[in-house]
Amino acid sequence: MKVLVGIKRVVDHNVRVRAKADGSGADIASAKMSINPFDEHAVEEAVRLKEAGVATEVVVVTAGAANAQDVLRHALALGADRAILVETTDHLNSLASAKVLREIAKREAPQLILIGKQAIDDDAAEVGQMLAALLNVGQATFASTIKIANGKAEVTREIDGGQETVELTLPAVITADLRLNDPRYIKLPNMMMAKKKPLETIAIADLQLNTVSKVATINVAEPPARAVGKMLNSVEELIEVLQAQVKVN
Amino acid sequence: MSVLLIAEFDQQSLKAATRSAITAATQLGGDLDVLVIGHNVNAIAQQVAKVQGVTRVLVADDAAYAKPLAENFAPLVQGIAARYSHILAAASSFGKNLVPRVAALLDVDMVSEVTKIIDASTYVRPLYAGNLNATVQTSEVIKLLTVRPTGFTAAKDGEQAAPIEAIATLGDQSLSRFVSENIQVSERPELGTASVIVTGGRSLGSAEKFEALMSPLANKLNAAIGATRAAVDAGFAPNEWQVGQTGTVVAPDVYIAIGVSGAAQHIAGMKESRLIIAINQDPDAQIFQWSDYGLVADLFDAVPKISAAL
Ligand SMILES: Cc1cc2nc3c(=O)[nH]c(=O)nc-3n(C[C@H](O)[C@H](O)[C@H](O)COP(=O)(O)OP(=O)(O)OC[C@H]3O[C@@H](n4cnc5c(N)ncnc54)[C@H](O)[C@@H]3O)c2cc1C
Ligand SMILES: Cc1cc2nc3c(=O)[nH]c(=O)nc-3n(C[C@H](O)[C@H](O)[C@H](O)COP(=O)(O)OP(=O)(O)OC[C@H]3O[C@@H](n4cnc5c(N)ncnc54)[C@H](O)[C@@H]3O)c2cc1C
Repeated sequence: MKVLVGIKRVVDHNVRVRAKADGSGADIASAKMSINPFDEHAVEEAVRLKEAGVATEVVVVTAGAANAQDVLRHALALGADRAILVETTDHLNSLASAKVLREIAKREAPQLILIGKQAIDDDAAEVGQMLAALLNVGQATFASTIKIANGKAEVTREIDGGQETVELTLPAVITADLRLNDPRYIKLPNMMMAKKKPLETIAIADLQLNTVSKVATINVAEPPARAVGKMLNSVEELIEVLQAQVKVN
Repeated sequence: MSVLLIAEFDQQSLKAATRSAITAATQLGGDLDVLVIGHNVNAIAQQVAKVQGVTRVLVADDAAYAKPLAENFAPLVQGIAARYSHILAAASSFGKNLVPRVAALLDVDMVSEVTKIIDASTYVRPLYAGNLNATVQTSEVIKLLTVRPTGFTAAKDGEQAAPIEAIATLGDQSLSRFVSENIQVSERPELGTASVIVTGGRSLGSAEKFEALMSPLANKLNAAIGATRAAVDAGFAPNEWQVGQTGTVVAPDVYIAIGVSGAAQHIAGMKESRLIIAINQDPDAQIFQWSDYGLVADLFDAVPKISAAL
């Protein structure tokens, strides 16, 4: 079974992102970039499926600029076998990202596609569901456990107030939640090995997709700051605040 | 212009998140049809019909819809989409699972987690864990949205009942199958809609201490209990209590953060709370920058005292 994993290069989760002064976007020119955290869990899961003998090959793909090679190498160091960069300098919207992944899925014919449940830049959480629709296959979003057997995936997903388990006929798309696994720590020899693994580049133009978005960002701004709060001096003062603010049972 | 809203409900009632989405839908203008997809959902349809702002209730009743599988729901919505200018749902796990699938079937780009409606095609949504707000404008023929419930008040019942109409169903698409669910039943208010929330962090130290300290306080305040991701990962609290970028987004009247550092990913989920109170032993903790009232104290000393005094 081949597993395809979609990954995205995003601003590192420790960076506090600010708006550009003119409101045209996020000021990320010099920000530290990383693999999207959810995608790291997706790669880890795919590698574990391979280690368990369930998967035979793990292929990672990203759509992005040439410098997105770094997150592909990161995924290769985690244990992926091969990487594909769909090169574009355009900012792809969700539907365009899903269409790119669909084209790669058509070429690679994976039995399973794993991606992150959301990218921490736009926090959209759309691409997986869109991809599943475009491929007319089943979807399991926000996955915390995946079991593959007999051409089916049994997936436990995080839903409001609890969990739900669904069974999908493969091929299918699964989006990873943070609880799916703990990504391994990458050791230096794996980094070195990753440099030698194949990384193919495809120009986005070769996919002949319309990636123009009808959703335009007209302004990006920081939310208004909260007024400075009051520091209390004692537990008693806090109790008074609570008694004034909350109806106690 | 007509708006279609996809309702979410449990066995008994319409979800509060859907009532908030109804308020958002009415701000778009035009007629508002609410679609109830399920099995034996007569009672739910009657409830929806009474909600203020609803023009018409459409009911798709089929055994294949007994559980909300996006693979089965999405083609149904796609089938009636052409009549509408907007299609929306609450940005709950239900809406987030379904609406993007519908958008792709219609070949349109959507806008997720809308927190504010400026006009029929212009909306505000957060980026980067709520550090930024983007104003976006869509020129899609059919505009698909999920709306964040905390951004809109819940629509109340009105005087009149809207007409209810059955629509044709499409049955099972055979791509997925519901196996089981595990929904936590609790006497406490629901996290997403509670008016008071007490949230504990990793510093509580164990599941036992979490329970022993947080429960009495929550009981006194009739509050829901929340947790940070660190507390959830450590096994002190169940995942569905997680508040934040990747957990539940809340906006209660009062939010009490206990031993919570205030990482951006946590703040993303609670900063719209009306009043924020924090207890942390570190005077430089980030959480104090977001708090209306802060107390520098050891939670193991302060929390039992507070619970006892209330
Ligand atoms: C400041 C700013 C301004 C923007 N302006 C516009 C605009 O004007 N118009 C517009 O249409 N869009 C704009 N966008 C982009 C758009 O909002 C997002 O790119 C789009 O919604 C995709 O969301 P996502 O990647 O967060 O997807 P999600 O659905 O959150 O991502 C889920 C998963 O999909 C996979 N994935 C996502 N992207 C890729 C990829 N490139 N390659 C491989 N896998 C991937 C990853 O596994 C990821 O975890 C803007 C974004 C920002 C930050
Ligand atoms: C992609 C991603 C998504 C994430 N999503 C979320 C999310 O949705 N929600 C979320 O919460 N986090 C999320 N996180 C994690 C987040 O970054 C923080 O790690 C987490 O919020 C920290 O939890 P904490 O405050 O409990 O723990 P810590 O950061 O360890 O803080 C503990 C605090 O308790 C205080 N303390 C210690 N002992 C005492 C005492 N005796 N009395 C009083 N105070 C004490 C300390 O001073 C400290 O401030 C996410 C992270 C990533 C990378």
